[in-house]
Amino acid sequence: MSKVMVVTSGKGGVGKTTSSAALGAALAQAGQNVVIVDFDVGLRNLDLVMGAERRVVYDLVNVVQGDAKLAQALIRDKRLDTLSLLPASQTRDKDALTEEGVKMVINELREKFDWVLCDSPAGIEKGAMLAMRFADLAVVVTNPEVSSVRDSDRIIGMLDSKTVHAENGGKFEKHLLLTRYSPARAARGEMLKVEDVLDILAIPLLGIVPESEEVLNASNFGCPVTLHNPASAPARAYADAARRLLGEKIEIVQPSAEKPGLFSRLFNRKAMA
Amino acid sequence: MNLLSLFSRKRSAPVARERLQLLLAHERALAGHEDLAATLQEEILAVIAKHIPIDKDKVLVKLDKGDQVSTLEIDIEMPPALAGRP
Repeated sequence: MSKVMVVTSGKGGVGKTTSSAALGAALAQAGQNVVIVDFDVGLRNLDLVMGAERRVVYDLVNVVQGDAKLAQALIRDKRLDTLSLLPASQTRDKDALTEEGVKMVINELREKFDWVLCDSPAGIEKGAMLAMRFADLAVVVTNPEVSSVRDSDRIIGMLDSKTVHAENGGKFEKHLLLTRYSPARAARGEMLKVEDVLDILAIPLLGIVPESEEVLNASNFGCPVTLHNPASAPARAYADAARRLLGEKIEIVQPSAEKPGLFSRLFNRKAMA
Repeated sequence: MNLLSLFSRKRSAPVARERLQLLLAHERALAGHEDLAATLQEEILAVIAKHIPIDKDKVLVKLDKGDQVSTLEIDIEMPPALAGRP
């Protein structure tokens, strides 16, 4: 049974694309057949974060409008052959996507892949609504920061009312992915704690991705962080989150506030090379 | 910064938590009714217009959300001919 999962947040810049790439890669590393679809028409970036920017020929809009076949637009990852990408168009406007067209593409992807990840654009406009429209479940990416939490709450409301699954009377499955979390700042009372965000948003926690320079490092190289430096804290958080999505019961460990010691720093550096 | 101010500095996370909880309680209650004021204005106007000719620009619908009580204020300027009638 294939699953269509939207990665969404409402607010921009919280890590939707980074998380889509990392979760997609982690699921593929776990042996799943995965495609990540970039819904950010006009501002595509998933191709760049995944290092496929020079391989884009056709895009989602071309497929939706019938100008290209799905197989022509799909880009297979060079590092993981179970991972593919369907890029967004860079030039056309958002109205180029239609509900009917997206439905057709998603249905076709369902037949080919175990997981269809929809990387949503920020905001609550058409692109974001279409990214969630046909999803079976959602990962809500949230930063421990007031505007991100508020926007996530809004998006949760929409997942529960504007998706086909919800309109058919189903209870929509949602998971919280807390990103850019700084345990030290939370411990000092300067940042919302994991429990605060969970209390407020009231959806189950999928994982906590600590703030880390490795995330920027990985995107500089155009490589999902789970592939770039699997031993790093964010990569392990994403890998665990992916295994939870596959039904494994793995306890969520809160990142500790301690600074990494010399040994672990050396180890991480080696793992990066 | 002296030692005292270091200790008395208010932690920001509890403030963020409280503000969010208050705000989201309101926003959730209003979910799906984001343009309630506009809808009310339109429908109230339609009802009144059946009986009295009124100027659309002279109707004001205001929705005020307070912590405890919210008020709906409807302000309609009557045409002079009707207003002058006993």
